[in-house]
Amino acid sequence: MNAIRRLLICSVLLAACGAGMPSAAQEEFIVVASTTSTQNSGLFGYMLPKFTAKTGIQVRVVAQGTGQALATGRRGDADVVFVHDELAEAKFIKGGFGVGRKDVMYNDFVLIGPKGDPAQVAGGKDIVAALKKVHAVKAPFVSRGDKSGTNAAELRLWKVAGIDPVTGRGAWYRETGSGMGPSLNTASAMDAYIFSDRGTWLNFKNRGDLTVLVEGDGRLFNQYGVMLVNPAKHPHVKRDLGQAFIDWLVSDEGQKTIASYKVGGEPLFFPNANGG
Amino acid sequence: MGTIGPAVSQAAVMIAGLDPQLVRIVALSLGVSLSAVLIATLVGMPIGASIAVARFPGRQATIVLLNALLGLPAVGVGLLVYLLLSRAGPLGEFGILFTPAAMVVAQAILVAPIIAAFSRQAVEDAWREYREQLDSLGAGPFQAALTLLWDCRFSLLTTVLAGFGRAVAEVGTVMIVGGNIDGVTRVMTTAIALETSKGDLPLALGLGIILMGLVLALNATAHAVTEFAKRHYG
Repeated sequence: MNAIRRLLICSVLLAACGAGMPSAAQEEFIVVASTTSTQNSGLFGYMLPKFTAKTGIQVRVVAQGTGQALATGRRGDADVVFVHDELAEAKFIKGGFGVGRKDVMYNDFVLIGPKGDPAQVAGGKDIVAALKKVHAVKAPFVSRGDKSGTNAAELRLWKVAGIDPVTGRGAWYRETGSGMGPSLNTASAMDAYIFSDRGTWLNFKNRGDLTVLVEGDGRLFNQYGVMLVNPAKHPHVKRDLGQAFIDWLVSDEGQKTIASYKVGGEPLFFPNANGG
Repeated sequence: MGTIGPAVSQAAVMIAGLDPQLVRIVALSLGVSLSAVLIATLVGMPIGASIAVARFPGRQATIVLLNALLGLPAVGVGLLVYLLLSRAGPLGEFGILFTPAAMVVAQAILVAPIIAAFSRQAVEDAWREYREQLDSLGAGPFQAALTLLWDCRFSLLTTVLAGFGRAVAEVGTVMIVGGNIDGVTRVMTTAIALETSKGDLPLALGLGIILMGLVLALNATAHAVTEFAKRHYG
């Protein structure tokens, strides 16, 4: 019986340790469901400490694809959603899951591919023409295939090109079903073409032989929006704290912070909360 | 080879500098997985021992089921716990999704079958050997199970270590229920996944080396304690 008592004492002690763990963050906090692109680009790591220092509100970011982030918000598991797929966001708002959506910033998508460029698209500006060329030579193309904002934008452009790579796909079109970073790792190892947001790309280190081939098309615009999860639907949502974060993002200070985030001297996001 | 050299030096630098972020991640990894294993042990061992000594209809089927649970898919458990703890789920009001507590729950569910299945086997083997002796002493099944558990304590330690190994090395469940939040629910494995996704392979591999070292150190400690105990109290 001695053993049992010892075991019990141990368990109580450990449970106490366990209970102590989250207390590292005793201050007020909100949960923000956001995208892998904002996290992998390093923006949050740069921006959030400034917000926390000013308000004392800790921001816990769960980085997912836009589709998953919106689902997290829909279930009420986040206070704020910060994503980049305007059509999906509009649906989210219309369904009553979110309120007070605001534009925050934009960057752009780029078509990345191997320096050898078998589809001969380098230097072009027309993204749709480039996709057609990739399809024509059946050059390997890596797609996220995960309903993220980037994936949705890519699929819209294929549609404009009149190509349905998903149902009519051959071995050239590979869906990884994972985030931007893992997909870039796959493309890098395969010397494949890939559609990426610029922020993740600029902060990505395992580039191998990949480089930016097509950029600057107006259709590559990538708008980020932020909204509060509807407190009327989920009463536990921290309305005031969440709103404070949203207000800060679109304030002069927040917008300047976003503009000042650079990797290798290049800005990653362009604030446009005020119609920028 | 281009990655492995930098990874080793990266790991060395992080350990030598006792990088505070690394320390926090390591501490959380250990805290979560040790708590989970403790809970799994408290639940799993009595279950395993009872199945070993008890005779009831459907016992064979239960054993098969228990052994099959060893292959419990981590991501499936993560999703299940996520749905339970989500605000829209049955246990949502506790609001523990995306906290270390949720990770402990998920890992405990993952590890409990390992502990139960292996303790069932160990206790049953011992039961075959000592059954008559225990019966003649008039021990009931409960008493017998406890005695045998204590008797197998050294082989059961390996079971617990196997459970800890699965818990601390696992990434699928903690990613889903923890959310890999910086400073709150980021553990070794999710940090490795994140650095890999940033393409920082040397840093990711460096963290992997540290995790391996940690598991090695823990096993060495357990081994040393066991040997010491065997010599003095065995």
